[in-house]
Amino acid sequence: MSGHLFRIDADFHLPQVAISDLLPYLNEHWRQQLIEREITSSPFRLTSYPPNSPLTLNPAYEGLDVSGALDRFGTGIAIASMLHGVVALHNPDMRAALMSAVNDHVAKAWLDNEPRLRGSIYVSGDDPAASVAEIERLAGDKRFVQVLMLAMQEIHHGNRHYWPIYEACQKHGLALAIHAGGLYRVPPSVSGWPSYQFEDYVMQSMVFENILTGLAGEGVFQKFPDLKVVFLESGFAWLPTTIWRNDKTWRGVRQEVPWLDRKPSEILAGRVFVTLQPCDPPGPDELRQTIKHIGGTDMLLYSSDYPHRQFTGDDPLPEGLSEDALVGILAGNALRAYPRLADDPVVRRAGETLEAPA
Amino acid sequence: MTRYVVAEVAEFPDKGIRRIEVAGRELCLIRLGDEFFALMDVCPHGGAKLSAGRLSGTVESEGPGDYRPCRTSEMLKCPWHGWEYDVRTGQSWSDPKSTRTRAYSAEAIAGGELAKGPYVADTVPVEVDGNYVVVNLPVSAAR
Amino acid sequence: MNQPFIETNATTRPRIFDCDIHPAHKSASTLFPYMEQRWVEHMQTFGTHIRQALVGQLAYPRMTANGMRMDAKPEVGPPGSDLQMLRDQHLDPLGIEIGNLIALSRGGMEERNPDLAAAMSYASNEWQIAEWLEPEPRLRGGIVVAQDNPEAAVAEIERLAGDKRFVQVIMSTRPYETPGSRKYWPIYRAAAEAGLPIGLHPVGFSNGKPSTGTGWPSFYFQEHYTFVPSAEALVTSLVIDGVFEAFPKLKVAIIEGGFSWIPALGWRMDKHFDTFHKEVPHLKRKPSEYMKEHFWWSTQPMEEPKKPRDIVDVIDWIGWDRLMYSSDYPHWDYDDAYRIFRFPVEPHQREAVLSGNASKLYGYA
Ligand code: FES
Repeated sequence: MSGHLFRIDADFHLPQVAISDLLPYLNEHWRQQLIEREITSSPFRLTSYPPNSPLTLNPAYEGLDVSGALDRFGTGIAIASMLHGVVALHNPDMRAALMSAVNDHVAKAWLDNEPRLRGSIYVSGDDPAASVAEIERLAGDKRFVQVLMLAMQEIHHGNRHYWPIYEACQKHGLALAIHAGGLYRVPPSVSGWPSYQFEDYVMQSMVFENILTGLAGEGVFQKFPDLKVVFLESGFAWLPTTIWRNDKTWRGVRQEVPWLDRKPSEILAGRVFVTLQPCDPPGPDELRQTIKHIGGTDMLLYSSDYPHRQFTGDDPLPEGLSEDALVGILAGNALRAYPRLADDPVVRRAGETLEAPA
Repeated sequence: MTRYVVAEVAEFPDKGIRRIEVAGRELCLIRLGDEFFALMDVCPHGGAKLSAGRLSGTVESEGPGDYRPCRTSEMLKCPWHGWEYDVRTGQSWSDPKSTRTRAYSAEAIAGGELAKGPYVADTVPVEVDGNYVVVNLPVSAAR
Repeated sequence: MNQPFIETNATTRPRIFDCDIHPAHKSASTLFPYMEQRWVEHMQTFGTHIRQALVGQLAYPRMTANGMRMDAKPEVGPPGSDLQMLRDQHLDPLGIEIGNLIALSRGGMEERNPDLAAAMSYASNEWQIAEWLEPEPRLRGGIVVAQDNPEAAVAEIERLAGDKRFVQVIMSTRPYETPGSRKYWPIYRAAAEAGLPIGLHPVGFSNGKPSTGTGWPSFYFQEHYTFVPSAEALVTSLVIDGVFEAFPKLKVAIIEGGFSWIPALGWRMDKHFDTFHKEVPHLKRKPSEYMKEHFWWSTQPMEEPKKPRDIVDVIDWIGWDRLMYSSDYPHWDYDDAYRIFRFPVEPHQREAVLSGNASKLYGYA
């Protein structure tokens, strides 16, 4: 049914590069430090995605490399991210050097070789000045279409602390992408540190509920009206509650946040997007009900979450989406979420099968 | 219309709010300077008695961190969920700016850039007749 | 628009049980008559010791009247501290037949000194008996426990389990460890053995952890929302940690946690159970099945979607036999029982929500 439509995959992961392979991208000081301190042998794996966990590896991708995975689902463009553990370092200078190295590695090893991949400028939320410098350094490379942060930060995403980063995103037409997982400096919920990884993972959607409420409440979109935000691997069945509750609360507490000059849901429309996988509703009826409660599919972006395990069977696209909705979900909505894609050569070539960006 | 005397001007304090009963109807009577206003004393949102609320202004903003108090004392805050009602019209006011995009009407300018919310508290005409505050209730309401 | 479907002047008034009424202390010394002299002196000298910079106030100031209904302030003391006013303003006019007390303040739930915490919870429960349950037979108590001193909490449950006016055990939704942690299992065991549900109601103190998984919000607008993910997280924790496999008779009431998120959380846990089940072999069933079997939910603050009927889909999934009316008197986001249904309901559904479901959970005739 949707096989012939151009697909933009908004959540696609590249295998993590070993620290030793980052050495060519580092200056002499950091090369020496990494080698002498034997940091090169540290795995830098994030707690969120243990390498052998069934979450991290989808058997549907067994034996498929990056290009093979793109072929498999007829992906036209995949927006790729490398969720690298270097972001969790506390030393701001070592962290900045390594994050730049990761970004350079992504450009050289992946973007140069696979024309369907688009990149993420991976930044740390801890040090907005360094992150802005990194965005400025790479913004000229139009293959980078988003700036990537993790969901569980130490400081809330709505906080003014990050606004220089958001300003740089807006300035360069880069979407701000927030991916599940995090720094593990604060527990995933106010309830504290859960016992099991299963709980950590379930709670990611709760983190996103708070992120959305914070971006709205703190006035990020009043300050940066052209900023686009994409939630990666956030789930989306939680959206009705967040939308309903924020709209209701706003009526009573509007004077505290008077910059919210409309219902929060109206402010978020066209500015916040969420990826389709994991699709938590268990079947087409529940999916349709969720979409009805959200008020449509304009926020939804197709995603495979390669190589994570989010779906079974052959297609990351869940059942229950109407043909009309698919045009937007597979590509049209992504063109509104990622301002840079409008001028992307591959997108332009795909031309006629795409819905014009609104 | 039936006219009912509901208060004496002299003993009604400025910025006072009072619940009064007229012909079986409960009203919330408000004084602002020389003007009197009356609303049916039930919040259209969730049923609170508006007369237990507070007169307040509202706040506009040009962006995060910017606070501009305005319409001092012209808004009645519901005692429960704090929704703001314009004492002059009974409109719940909540969406500053969306009027600008919807319609740039004279009302929006007079209303200080605030838009109408979805709920309206019923207003009742009030006048001052000599020393007395008088409300006009339609005959059907005076049950 | 959004007109309620129940008329206040309907000829037959429904039975109403209110699952959330907050009694407040008249003053800082209200509990002293119920404490040993040692603790009175301790309170006067040192005060309480909690994991928050500010003592005796919330770090996110509320919008109206310190978070209270503006019309609920008695002549003396704060809103909720005057029994006669509770009668005049809430129990009588709404015709509340039974109301559950949720005593949040100074019950020792956040106190770090374990012995003071125990003394506070004891005092809070004795105060409920003497000043609320004795004089007002329509009220029911909740045994407030200092959950981070589990031994004392168990003793308190055992002490009061025979007093039928207490209908549940009240724990913080923001305990120091996750609610599913084995540290708290003795409390669950004691509650299950006493046949008492656990009532979980949000508290304004985060107990030393940010109120979101990504740090502290700036505004009350955001802090108000954190009650929702907080409730979701505690359900997740209780289910996945296997509390209901360990205590199959345990029942839990989620009060003021919202309810529109329940289906989505059930779906999410079930979906990822497929991925993670090997990590949690103690779970014998799908997570949503534990949710459906062990949890009851309360209505307030009632969701108000643009299309009010969307709520019906949500309740259909939860089950009309699980949702219970709660007012949250005297807090600002109070719901009037006659105004919560902004969508059409069948008479038996309304009856279940207003009284039937609470009567099943708490054994009210
Ligand atoms: S009852 Fe007045 S604002 Fe809700």
